[in-house]
Amino acid sequence: MKRQILFGMQDGIPIALGYLSVGFGFGILAASLGITPIQSWLISATNMTSAGQVAGVSIIAAAGSYLEMALTQLVINIRYSLMALSLSQKLDDSFRTPQRLITSYGITDEIFAMAYSKAGKLTPGYMYGLIITPFIGWTGGTILGAMAGEELPGQLADALGIMLYAMFLAVIIPAARQEKSILTVIAIAAAVSILFYYVFTAISGGFAIILSAVTAAAIGALIRPVDDEMEG
Amino acid sequence: MQTAIYIFVMAGVTYLIRMIPFTLFRRKIRSRFFRSFLHYVPYAVLTAMTIPAIFYSTNNLLTALVGTVVAVILAYLRQPLIVVALAASAAALGAGFII
Repeated sequence: MKRQILFGMQDGIPIALGYLSVGFGFGILAASLGITPIQSWLISATNMTSAGQVAGVSIIAAAGSYLEMALTQLVINIRYSLMALSLSQKLDDSFRTPQRLITSYGITDEIFAMAYSKAGKLTPGYMYGLIITPFIGWTGGTILGAMAGEELPGQLADALGIMLYAMFLAVIIPAARQEKSILTVIAIAAAVSILFYYVFTAISGGFAIILSAVTAAAIGALIRPVDDEMEG
Repeated sequence: MQTAIYIFVMAGVTYLIRMIPFTLFRRKIRSRFFRSFLHYVPYAVLTAMTIPAIFYSTNNLLTALVGTVVAVILAYLRQPLIVVALAASAAALGAGFII
C-alpha cells in the first residue's frame, strides 16, 4: 500500500507542477474578484478543477443564483462523468465502495489521462498518491496566487490577470491546430459567447457559458462525430 | 455565509458528477452523439470562458489585446502552458508601461 502511494505520488509530480502554475493564475483571478485567499483555497480544495472554478468565482462575484451555479458546474464538469466511467473499469478488486467514494473526488483531466494510460489495474494506494501531489500543487498554487493578487501592486496584478486565460488558449489552440473539428467547435463557441456578451446581455455569465458551450459541442458532435471509444 | 453556500453547491455538484458514475455505473456510454459531445465540451467551455473575457482581464483593453496576441502566437507554436501565461503577462505589463 505504502509503495503504491509513493508510486502514485511520483507519477503525480509533473501534474502537480502544472497545477501549481494554473492554480496561481486561478488565485490571482479570484483575488481580483474580491474572493479572500481562504475562500479561494477552500474552493480549490473542494473542487479540484480549473474551468469550473473560474466560472464559479465569476458567478459568486456577480451574485448569480445557486441554480446558475449548479447548472454551470454540471455542464462544465460533465466530462468527468465519462472519465470516471472509463476509469471505473480499470480498477483493482481491492477497490470497494469507500475507496471509490474517496478516489472519485480526484478525477481531473490530467489525473485521468495518467491513470488511464497506466498498464494493468489501478490500486487504491496508487490512486491516492496520484491525487495527493497534484492536490498540493493545485491548492498551494491557489493560495500563493490569491495572496499575490492581494499584495502585488495594481499594475502587476492587472498584468497577471491574463495568465489563466492565456493558459486556456495554450490548451485549445494546439488542439485546434491538430484537429480541424475542434477548430470549428472553438469558432462556434467564440461566436456565440461574443453574441451573449455584447448583444443578449440579459443572459448572465454562467448561463452564457453553458449555452455557448452546449451549442458549439452539439454542432461539433452532429457534423463531426468522433470514432474513438474514449476521448479525453 | 453566502459564499459558503456557493462553495458548497459548486463542490457538491462537481463531486456528484465524478462520484456517481465511478461508484454506481459499470456500463459504457453507447451513444456516439453523446460521446462526441463530451469530447468537444472541454474545448467549447474553455473558449466560451476565454472569449471575450480575456480582453477585460487586465482592466485595460489595449494591454489585454497585446497579451492576447502574444498568447495566441506562442500557443500556436505549441509552447508550454506556463511559458504562454508568463509571456502574455509580461507583454501586457510591458504594454502598460509604454501606453
